[in-house]
Amino acid sequence: MTFSFQAAVGERGFDVSLSLGPAETVAVMGPNGAGKSTLLSVIAGLIRPDSGRAELNGRPLFQLGDIPADGVHVAAARAGAGDDRWTAPHHRGTALLAQEPLLFPHLTAVDNVAFGPRSTGTPKGRAKAEARHWLAEVEAAHLAARRPPELSGGQAQRVAVARALAADPGLLLLDEPMAALDIHSAPLLRRLLKRVLADRPAIIVTHDVLDALMLADRVVILENGRVAEEGPTRQVLERPHSAFAAGLAGLNFIPGTLVGDGVLSRQGLHVAGHAEDPIPADRAAAAVFPPSAVSVFLTDAHGSPRNSFQVTITDLEPHGDQIRVRGDGMAADITPSALADLGLVPGMTVHFVVKAAAVSLYET
Amino acid sequence: MTGSKRQPRHHAYTGVPRWIYTLAVLAALVVVLPLVAIVGRVDWANFLPLVTSESAVSALGLSLRTSAASTVLCVVLGVPLAVVLARGRFPFLGLLRSLVLLPLVLPPVVGGIALLYTFGRQGLLGGTTEALGLQVAFSTTAVVLAQTFVALPFLVVSLEGALRTGGHRYEAVAATLGASPGTVFRRVTLPLVLPGLASGAVLSFARSLGEFGATLTFAGSLQGVTRTLPLEIYLQRETDPDAAVALSLVLVAVAVAVVALAYRRPAGAARRGASSGERPTAAAAADGQVT
Repeated sequence: MTFSFQAAVGERGFDVSLSLGPAETVAVMGPNGAGKSTLLSVIAGLIRPDSGRAELNGRPLFQLGDIPADGVHVAAARAGAGDDRWTAPHHRGTALLAQEPLLFPHLTAVDNVAFGPRSTGTPKGRAKAEARHWLAEVEAAHLAARRPPELSGGQAQRVAVARALAADPGLLLLDEPMAALDIHSAPLLRRLLKRVLADRPAIIVTHDVLDALMLADRVVILENGRVAEEGPTRQVLERPHSAFAAGLAGLNFIPGTLVGDGVLSRQGLHVAGHAEDPIPADRAAAAVFPPSAVSVFLTDAHGSPRNSFQVTITDLEPHGDQIRVRGDGMAADITPSALADLGLVPGMTVHFVVKAAAVSLYET
Repeated sequence: MTGSKRQPRHHAYTGVPRWIYTLAVLAALVVVLPLVAIVGRVDWANFLPLVTSESAVSALGLSLRTSAASTVLCVVLGVPLAVVLARGRFPFLGLLRSLVLLPLVLPPVVGGIALLYTFGRQGLLGGTTEALGLQVAFSTTAVVLAQTFVALPFLVVSLEGALRTGGHRYEAVAATLGASPGTVFRRVTLPLVLPGLASGAVLSFARSLGEFGATLTFAGSLQGVTRTLPLEIYLQRETDPDAAVALSLVLVAVAVAVVALAYRRPAGAARRGASSGERPTAAAAADGQVT
């Protein structure tokens, strides 16, 4: 285990545990305010949690407060507050790459990249040579002499990547590194990150499911300061266990309990489907189906084995060459001509119909 | 863009009502007219002899030396204070800030009396300084202390503003790259606020140069020892008004140079955006009094 982490920040309602294997990249996703940036700040040592412990490559990052007495940490808990340990940010080896490049405006690109090695005592000449190596690594060797105001957003972020890598971090923290880039710069940086993250542990906070698929081995979904779901990226997207992950995967997700041959939601909706693995009755389960499997009718066209839900349309939006119809937490994809035939407008009440065979049921 | 100021390519809508211009012109006159008046009263024929008299040269030299010393003192003491005020987190921080800024609004003569009861023979620290063989009051040291007392807030306000506008995100990134707090301060914080520090130092120098009330009260008016240029002007006004006017013009010229320096927009600042905080805050600029 390269990195293990457990921490709670009371005032932010944050309580997360996480671990990373060697050279593993984990994508952290979740709605705004879920605690993604807090997670990175706590790891980097910029926020001090109320309690918890973390270790990177066998070195403690922090060990604070009442550690839960789960049998393993009892001894540590008994030792009490006197045993608190806190490693200052600059001794952690957890370089942080933020949404904005935050290049030091008074230093040239090469001096920015040399900043990490210089700070840890590398002689000037060697630090510069290392900096040039890392600039070349991010395809920015020709930008070495430029000052940050003379760089485009994409160039600056590439230099920032080189600067983070030059610090030789034990764990690289990336906080939405692509979010501030235009659509032309983002793919280049994503390709670059794929290459440099391949052989080093990293945590990347992102809103983009593409980042998770391309860069990460595993995805962790945070909701309200807790881990809502985690697992290999593909598995999470194929069988989401949280509404957020289902949204990422573009799937309709109706949680509830298993009743009969379907899931009974908290709103009293019964969704029939098929379960690949048998689920015991009354267990928490979810009915999951793609919007493309949903047909829209103006009148109730109920007929077994179909599900039909009365839905009030809230939004209509283009989705590829289809139109996505949203309402009551569900989505349906229909063709533009179907939209014209039905004359759908927001506020209308319609029926979403989906075959039971198209609905997957599984335990959550 | 200074180049396009005179010939705007388009008349962009500004939304300023016309009567504002009338009052703005009036305000400008309030400041500019007295300066015109003083230039008009100068006895140009005897200008050089008047400003190069022995007492004048001695006063100007003393003013420059003491102001330079107090500016250095302001930087040495003011930078740590501004950093603590901008970044520190402890109770009574707000109270400390108010107290530190007090000399901005305090009549300098009151500051002089306060200093007298701190460093004077009967003062709070009088016994200590006397035991060390130092006679602070009515010495050149007193001039420097009085100037530092009134000028320190200018540097602190200017620098604290720059530190706040800059935020501490650069410092956080520097720390995660492995830089110790000392390295971060030296290689990131200071360079980032350098424009703010420079304008703060220039303003402190100007305030020191113009210091009158606290100096007269705490240091007296002894030629060559404590009689700075403002004191010399005040004294000459009684006996030789022409000399007073000529010397005043010298101080006006110095002030103009200082303002030009402090409010100059550094090259590249426009591109770097609004984060550099090179302009002193309104509170610092508001206090233009000389006495």
